[in-house]
Amino acid sequence: MTPVLRAADRPVLIAFGFVVLLIILGGLYNPQFLSAFYLLQQLQVASFLGIIASGLMVVILLGHIDLSIPWVVTIGGMTATAATGWWGEPFAWLGPLVAIASGSVIRLANGLGVALLRIPSMVFTLGMNAVVQGIVVMYTGANAPVDRATPILKWLAVHETFHVPHAAIVWAIFGLLVVLMLGRTPFGRYVCAIGNSERVTYPSGVNTRSILIAAFIASGACSAFSGAVLAGYAGKAYQAMGDPYLLPAIAAVVLRGTSILGESGSYPGTIAGVILITVLDSILSVAQIPEAAPQIIYGAIIIGMMLVYGRARRTEG
Amino acid sequence: MNGPRFWLTRNSGAIFAFVLFVAMFVIYIVKNGVGLRMGLVMAVANKGVLLALVAIAQTLPVLTGGLDLSVGMTFVLTNCLASALLNGPPWMIALGVIAVMLTGVICGAINGALIVYGRLQPIIATLATSAIFYGLALTIRPIPGGTIDPVVSILTTQLFGVIPTSLVVLLAVVLIVWVPFQLSMTGRGCYAVGSSESAARMTGINIQRSRLTAYILCGLLASLAGLLLTAMTLSGDASVSSGGTYTLSSIAAVVIGGTSLMGGTGGAIGSIFGAFVLRNVSDLLFVFDIDPLVEPFIQGLILLAAVSLGSVRVLRAPNRLQFLGVGR
Repeated sequence: MTPVLRAADRPVLIAFGFVVLLIILGGLYNPQFLSAFYLLQQLQVASFLGIIASGLMVVILLGHIDLSIPWVVTIGGMTATAATGWWGEPFAWLGPLVAIASGSVIRLANGLGVALLRIPSMVFTLGMNAVVQGIVVMYTGANAPVDRATPILKWLAVHETFHVPHAAIVWAIFGLLVVLMLGRTPFGRYVCAIGNSERVTYPSGVNTRSILIAAFIASGACSAFSGAVLAGYAGKAYQAMGDPYLLPAIAAVVLRGTSILGESGSYPGTIAGVILITVLDSILSVAQIPEAAPQIIYGAIIIGMMLVYGRARRTEG
Repeated sequence: MNGPRFWLTRNSGAIFAFVLFVAMFVIYIVKNGVGLRMGLVMAVANKGVLLALVAIAQTLPVLTGGLDLSVGMTFVLTNCLASALLNGPPWMIALGVIAVMLTGVICGAINGALIVYGRLQPIIATLATSAIFYGLALTIRPIPGGTIDPVVSILTTQLFGVIPTSLVVLLAVVLIVWVPFQLSMTGRGCYAVGSSESAARMTGINIQRSRLTAYILCGLLASLAGLLLTAMTLSGDASVSSGGTYTLSSIAAVVIGGTSLMGGTGGAIGSIFGAFVLRNVSDLLFVFDIDPLVEPFIQGLILLAAVSLGSVRVLRAPNRLQFLGVGR
């Protein structure tokens, strides 16, 4: 078993246990929490974060980070809806593909900067985020040309098959792709190897630069696609729609399983993190505690979980 | 190694930021056409010093190879606290200022303790504390406002009618905090930890103390910036966007100022000019009559250009291996 597929490790089970505990606590507060409708709705809301986190996980496994998530998500939503405006109604179905393309191009730039110029990913993606924000704002001004969600986006986000929201199915597909890619392809092995030590992987004959670039592109495609689905869910694309997703995405990936220094991580851990954060968010907002409290609780829980499971090994020597 | 050449190499980042700022400032003054007016200098100084203080704060953890993503929220929290405390008789205001600075120290100490004793990764630990600080700021000031004694705004006027007081504050911070810190054993320890933790450990440097001090001073400096903001706006505002912007801008300023995010090289002086460069962008856009909406684009480009310049060495490197997995 590869580290990526080691599903049943203890921290992941504990994270899932936490989710169940939260839902039960929520159920005591209000029985509505235990209804299938509510739980499926949570799954739907979680899927936007889940798709973003799937892509981000690959980058974090490499030992890098991507801070350009907010505006890549936004540009995904914008281009997905704007496709109708550019080529007319008949080509509206191209929207999600355009979103994936735009996200990939931006992250290609990220990958080039990190892999070729060796600029720390944190800085380069931060700068890229500002640049993308500038481009979006420049072109759309105060209001986007066409920001209405197209039928295909709505179909992806809110329609259901057998009561399962399509958004959750899309997340499952993306998640499956990531798990297969990491666990079953040479690419996945290289990603883990680079996360462990690029210094050793490179002389072993792996073209680490292309792996880095490919990983960034894949994560860009995920973020931008999530933006497209999010636009379908919200009914429209809007400025800064990706802003609330950066910190939860990093937290979800890091919360359980994936060390921000690369090396280790598991996809079930990321799923657990995503669902935990979504349920927590939802319960805190439904319980109608003042806006400040969720922030404090959110921070405290992340710290608590990290203190128990996320500590770095004590450095020797 | 000694002499001017060594000095030039060591401070190339700071010099680059300084030259860039002077060039931008001269263009701004010339293009603006009203000459070197006091009001103009004041505006540039006040805006710049605010970010410069946050940037100096960010420099310290970065030197140790860490990062403080909560610096913007510490800034916002202390701003909100100051807006609630800086009122009443003079002794109350003085007490309020001390309480605000103490809060900054506590914020920094929490970050430092989580990272040093809790052994958490700096990014995630400070990410989490920033959420907590924001929650506290919201509790103190759910809606923007506050009644602040106007005497506090003395910080935003001129000294002897010519020198902006905010610049004096900045100079004082450099002379009283940064210079002694850099010369101290603890400060040197920060550089050493950032260069190579294992080497620093074997040299017998007190790594824990260096790290902890870096984060505590970071919180203290952020609270000074919070006080200055309160003096400028005479109100408190728990704004999530302002916290985020200051955190990101502070990282950008640190990088433009030549401090390596890997830690170990750089310094606060470069960050100050980095902050002024970033803050001057909006002024330049204004005089060239460019849509202010372009500002993030230009700021991002400047950041990318600054870091890309530093990577020329990579393209010229005879052996690519030396740039792989730095610090591993």
